[in-house]
Amino acid sequence: MYNPKLVVTRAPHIKIKVENTRQIMLEVILALLPATAMGIYLFGGNAAAVVVAAVVAAIVTEAAVDRRFSNPSEIFGDGSAALTGLLLALSLPPSIAPGYAAAGSVAAILFGKVLQGGLGKNLFNPALVGRAVMMVIWPAAMTTWVSPFDGATSATPLISGEATLSALFLGTVPGSIGETSALLLLAGALFLNIRGRIHWQIPFFFVLGSVLTAVAFRANPLAHVFGGGLMIGALFMATDWVTSPMTPNGKVIFGIGCGVLTVLIRELGRYPEGVTYAILLMNATVPLLDRYLKHKALGEA
Amino acid sequence: MPVSTSEVKRRAKTFQRGIDLPHNKHYTDGKAVERLPLPPFVVVPLRQHAGETVEPTVKPGDHVSAGDVVGDLDDRWCSAVHASVTGVVSEVEPRPFGDGTMVPSVVIRTTEQSREAPAFAERAGWQDLDQQTILGILKDFGIVGMAGAGFPTHINLAVRSKIPMLIVNGAECEPFLTSDHRTMIERTDAVIGGAEIIMRCIGADRCVFGVETNKPDAIEVLRDKTRNNPAMEVVPVAVKYPQGYKKTLLRAITGKDPPLGGRSSDVGCIVRNASTTAAIYEAVALGKPLYERVITVSGPGSVERCGNYLVPVGTTIRYVLESIGVRAEDLDGYKIIRGGPMTGLAVDTLDAPVVKPTTGILVMPPSAIQPQHEWINPCIRCSACVNHCPVGLYPNEISQFVEAGTPEAAEGLHIRECCECAICSYVCPNYRPVTHLVMEGKAMLRQRSR
Ligand code: SF4
Ligand code: SF4
Repeated sequence: MYNPKLVVTRAPHIKIKVENTRQIMLEVILALLPATAMGIYLFGGNAAAVVVAAVVAAIVTEAAVDRRFSNPSEIFGDGSAALTGLLLALSLPPSIAPGYAAAGSVAAILFGKVLQGGLGKNLFNPALVGRAVMMVIWPAAMTTWVSPFDGATSATPLISGEATLSALFLGTVPGSIGETSALLLLAGALFLNIRGRIHWQIPFFFVLGSVLTAVAFRANPLAHVFGGGLMIGALFMATDWVTSPMTPNGKVIFGIGCGVLTVLIRELGRYPEGVTYAILLMNATVPLLDRYLKHKALGEA
Repeated sequence: MPVSTSEVKRRAKTFQRGIDLPHNKHYTDGKAVERLPLPPFVVVPLRQHAGETVEPTVKPGDHVSAGDVVGDLDDRWCSAVHASVTGVVSEVEPRPFGDGTMVPSVVIRTTEQSREAPAFAERAGWQDLDQQTILGILKDFGIVGMAGAGFPTHINLAVRSKIPMLIVNGAECEPFLTSDHRTMIERTDAVIGGAEIIMRCIGADRCVFGVETNKPDAIEVLRDKTRNNPAMEVVPVAVKYPQGYKKTLLRAITGKDPPLGGRSSDVGCIVRNASTTAAIYEAVALGKPLYERVITVSGPGSVERCGNYLVPVGTTIRYVLESIGVRAEDLDGYKIIRGGPMTGLAVDTLDAPVVKPTTGILVMPPSAIQPQHEWINPCIRCSACVNHCPVGLYPNEISQFVEAGTPEAAEGLHIRECCECAICSYVCPNYRPVTHLVMEGKAMLRQRSR
């Protein structure tokens, strides 16, 4: 009697199609590509070098510390490191040295992920952690903004107040590499929303919170929304699964909190970095939000 | 006026969360039940049910007829086991069960090759038996749940006070499986007769047949045959997994939930699977013990002669597959599942037997097998498992507590309510073995409370 070698694995024996972490991360990266291309088109070669440096550094750092991805064929891993690198790059000034960007990526992976327990256990958004670290080490380089086309340096448009709203919307203004064109970012986020990867609550209430707070400060709400990286933050960073609440109500509170804090930091602190710190602060509230906003189990009184 | 299919679907009742699975029932749902040629021998395990292993009542050399008791125990928490073929007992010894364990079994060599079904006729007065008599028959005739864990039916039905409603579970929500479906169509009278017996046993005055809308022919024939019985109603339920779990079916049909840790009887219902209901009729009305059953043999296009087959309990999986042309030599690297693709067991040997709760045998070719890592991937907090767990649990958090070795912490997250539907692993994009961790946590808690 022949005894075939049977495969013995645990139930379930079927698996949902298409859904795996790598594919999802690739989709998010895909959604960011139009804005990335726009950034490189506007700001030229250095911007391209910054993107490549940040992405490669993130991937290599992750592969070096996670045994699952140390095999060269698996170096892309679950794709989350590449995404972290890309998000970080897109939030950097186009004139920054690629070496600084690479260092920021290493910090993002090490401090933002590995030292917090690895993907899934990290409380804070890794790209923003990397960014915050860079702000501390290279404050000047992190706040020097070049204008596309003529190369003149300036402050971020939020501060100067010179840019027209349509230019802010299209992205032909000084700003970081990827966060300048609200239009392309919105298109990418819409794609992710249709694919079921991100929910509408966080971006919507992020924007709503910032508009209302801006109005309270008699500031121009549109300049707040379309400037200083709020769009990329609201659409792609605050919506990160790992560091945002799981429940719909939690997402609402989280979004509003991010929006309000962003404008408070900007208006009270006269500091354009509102988005980074607002999201990092709200990241810290996630365990609490998740804990107290749970739905009930079947039959739970 | 006939109700259109889309109308039925729109009106179908259901529960919160859960998930749509590819049904894959088209392979076999149109195939009438066929009796396979009798196997040359059967391996009848003395534990096919939740509860105590029974003692053998025969020894090697004994002649037995199909339906004779071969194992029993003077204990309430068990169910009798019967010879499934007519022949000679050759061994009474532990045999591989398929899950890596050995279970004491009675091996019978078939001597009588008749393919004719033995004739059973309705016994006079079967409609008028009282509860104690019915329960006694169920235990002696080996009736256990024919899907899932095989819980002895005489224990389920031993209710002290009247239970107003019986729900016959014809959801059959797991992909590929069609044995309940064929049973409802081909043995409708047995299903309805069984329902009458249960109603009498528990004092119910209402009976609802819950059938998923992907079985319109079953809905129709059941409606047709219960038309003149005002106590019986057929309720189409939505096609959604796990619609056939007791509590989700209860929710769909009655809108009520038993309290945490409670049972369906707490909200006045008893839920029984359709095939079990038919077996109850055959035991009580015809005097036929549960020694054979219908199984679905299928796979994703991998079984040419896929179908629904009537086989004696104890038939080996090897025999079932070979008699429909699947050769053991061709199965290297395959996965053979006893049961459905969500909750079934991947057996470690073809010599594992078909047992009373075996709903089907699935042949998964290498291309359909998901790789399983030796490490445990982290949760990336995508919330998919939370959004789909039919019981409303937080499988992500529970699995993390179990991984950390502190399942007690998961008790507050109602780990014990998990119905082991495996949705959490099915949806996890990070291929985390969530279900496995939750089940492991339950097992750890059971051990520690001993
Ligand atoms: S926790 Fe249990 S009931 Fe919930 S999805 Fe996982 S296996 Fe199903
Ligand atoms: S499906 Fe997997 S990754 Fe998503 S929340 Fe559940 S355990 Fe975490």
